[in-house]
Amino acid sequence: METPPKIAIVDYGMGNLRSVQKMIVRSGAEVKITSDAADLAWADKLILPGVGAFTDAMKELNNRGLTSGLNAAVLEDRKPILGICLGMELMARGSEEGDRVEGLNWLPAEMIGFDRRTGVRVPHVGWSPIEKSERSPLFNDIPNGAAFYFVHSYHMVCDDPDIVVAQADYGGEFTAAINRGNIWGTQFHPEKSQAVGSALLANFVLEDFG
Amino acid sequence: MAYTRLIPTLSLKDGRLIKTVGFDAYRDVGDPRTTGKVFDSQDVDELILCDITASQENREPDWDNIEKFAEECAMPLTVGGGISDLEHIKRLLRVGADKVTINSHAVARPEFITESSSVFGSQCIVVSIDAKKSSNGGYEVLTEGGYEPTGRDPVSWAKECEERGAGEILITSIERDGTMEGYDLELVKQVSDAVGIPVIANGGAGLLVDLLDAVKIGNASAVACSSIFAFTDNKPIKVKAFMYDHGLDVRPI
Repeated sequence: METPPKIAIVDYGMGNLRSVQKMIVRSGAEVKITSDAADLAWADKLILPGVGAFTDAMKELNNRGLTSGLNAAVLEDRKPILGICLGMELMARGSEEGDRVEGLNWLPAEMIGFDRRTGVRVPHVGWSPIEKSERSPLFNDIPNGAAFYFVHSYHMVCDDPDIVVAQADYGGEFTAAINRGNIWGTQFHPEKSQAVGSALLANFVLEDFG
Repeated sequence: MAYTRLIPTLSLKDGRLIKTVGFDAYRDVGDPRTTGKVFDSQDVDELILCDITASQENREPDWDNIEKFAEECAMPLTVGGGISDLEHIKRLLRVGADKVTINSHAVARPEFITESSSVFGSQCIVVSIDAKKSSNGGYEVLTEGGYEPTGRDPVSWAKECEERGAGEILITSIERDGTMEGYDLELVKQVSDAVGIPVIANGGAGLLVDLLDAVKIGNASAVACSSIFAFTDNKPIKVKAFMYDHGLDVRPI
């Protein structure tokens, strides 16, 4: 049997880590929850979860010395990484949320707040169907229209629309998932999206992204 | 588009799930872990678990039972009861909660809403408001599990919560709780119409049509209920089918 993929879930004090871990373990991976940059080197793939506010999250990453470790693993070693919700948001240049601190700046994108003038209540909380904009291995065996669980006030606006691999609608279309090279992100919470979420995480864990 | 959410609420007391009537007399309705597992397998949209006596008893949340419960949930979970510190929220998120409800402590110290939403994001902070009709014909907010009158009006309080960064309001009618006589639609509508954040209707659902009314008349974004599942033969799939057949967008199960 092949050795199970090694997955590091990055702990910066802001996530629902156990939920992510439980679902990843189901797909047969070896999982470490870690805030130690050395474990980022150990892992085959990384997951950056997140529930929280942008400013505090960036502070936590910086204070724990994780920002440089993540930059090395993702930008130099090109390890596949999946950002979930706030984890994806942090990959942008920055966000309208909070004190406008700089993000990880891996993606040419900004986090923008939903506009209530479109008639929607903000935050966007609940299940929304997604539309895959192209064939993406992350969504293998997940049909168009599958509903995922979202809970967020900000959404990603990308300079390059080609990195958007799924959209959803909430007072207008918005980015539900992105991919650029080895970097993946979902605005929704696969770890809370029951069967389709489990399938998506298994795709991330098991897929050979080459 | 976000589907209308169907959210069972579960009340935790002394390690068991119970159902109150009017926030008072209660019956045992099961074991938290097995109930969590069942709802998980039934793909409900979300669950709310509340340690209902924590604030009254002036103690911290029942960590042990909440952790055991969260272990069983691969679905969105909101946890409340006795939360009075940012560390409580951090700990609940770590064990698998996605959102928390704050209630008594938010009224006692409204800055707690501001502080918690700035650290964890608005989307994480649900303010739970328990209200009953007052003698002057309006409504009054009560805390400490319905024991403590506050003199606050739920509409202005909901607005203040929103301004302070709350991401959702869970509005509960104390008088309707456990009666299965239907939501207090006037209360739900007043609060829903006053704020731009999602509002979850709670307290009194007995018939499936009550759930429709909460959305169509009360303008709620989501419907919470417990007796419907504890004391009738309705299952989430049947309830969802009813909602769908009557024109609500619900997530297909």
